[in-house]
Amino acid sequence: MSYKYHQFQVVGRGLPTESDENPKIYRMKLWATNEVRAKSKFWYYLRKLKKVKKSNGQMLAINEIFEKNPTTIKNYGIWLRYQSRTGYHNMYKEYRDTTLNGAVEQMYTEMASRHRVRHHCIQVIKTATIPAKLCKRESTKQFHNSKIKFPLVFKKVRPPTRKLKTTYKASRPNLFV
Amino acid sequence: MPFKRYVEIGRIALVNYGKDYGKLVVIVDVIDQNRALVDAPDMVRGQMNFKRLTLTDIKIDIKRVPNKKTLIAAMEAADVKNKWENSSWGRKLIVQKKRASLNDFDRFKVMLAKIKKAGVVRQELAKLKKETA
Repeated sequence: MSYKYHQFQVVGRGLPTESDENPKIYRMKLWATNEVRAKSKFWYYLRKLKKVKKSNGQMLAINEIFEKNPTTIKNYGIWLRYQSRTGYHNMYKEYRDTTLNGAVEQMYTEMASRHRVRHHCIQVIKTATIPAKLCKRESTKQFHNSKIKFPLVFKKVRPPTRKLKTTYKASRPNLFV
Repeated sequence: MPFKRYVEIGRIALVNYGKDYGKLVVIVDVIDQNRALVDAPDMVRGQMNFKRLTLTDIKIDIKRVPNKKTLIAAMEAADVKNKWENSSWGRKLIVQKKRASLNDFDRFKVMLAKIKKAGVVRQELAKLKKETA
């Protein structure tokens, strides 16, 4: 499973000066497609929080954070701040996924489709793994059923490889299961 | 026409697209409307889209997300392998695989066997025709 958004831990601080020999070190966890973008995002957020810029700061470490248990399903809650056509809003969204990167990717695509918000207008405030009891959204709670059972109603049979795909077919497909 | 094959924990499905094409996997949990957590004795547990799965009639008795040992034991208890290989769907797939893996000498042997079988059938047919004539 290749994910578009990777989670990075970025650590940086302002450059040491004569007045401040050991400036405070700041660490951020953020999502970006690659390391370069992650470093840039780090300075963007840090500029908004402290009086430091990339030109008078130094990057100390950047590491990618990988999912600890990619084989278990978790409910992720994501708090975000996004810019719509009329202003900034906060949102809380829930996703069921095996990895946090997968959930964040779902969030970006859902925001784009449901609210027409592009990637650069979204800021992830916080993410958390939510235990099943504390989930707020019905669409995630409906899968909290240990005896879940549903039929697959619409089944289009696809060619097993893209090479065998044809534009025209001799007969109409049978979509029943 | 009510539905007979449901997506449920323990349902065996055949993978019909992608890297694991042709494998039998067990649906071990449902992630959301489109994806299931899927496991098989020879693969790491992972997620799969329902579009890549075709449900079968076989279902085993497991709890939500069992560990590998329990899963393999449950598959042995339900005798999935034999049930699949004796089912008409399973047999057809085995024949397809065999046919695709024949070399030229095997195809020659098949041709001889077909001719022999056709000869025997025609003899019996001639006998029956003589009896009714």
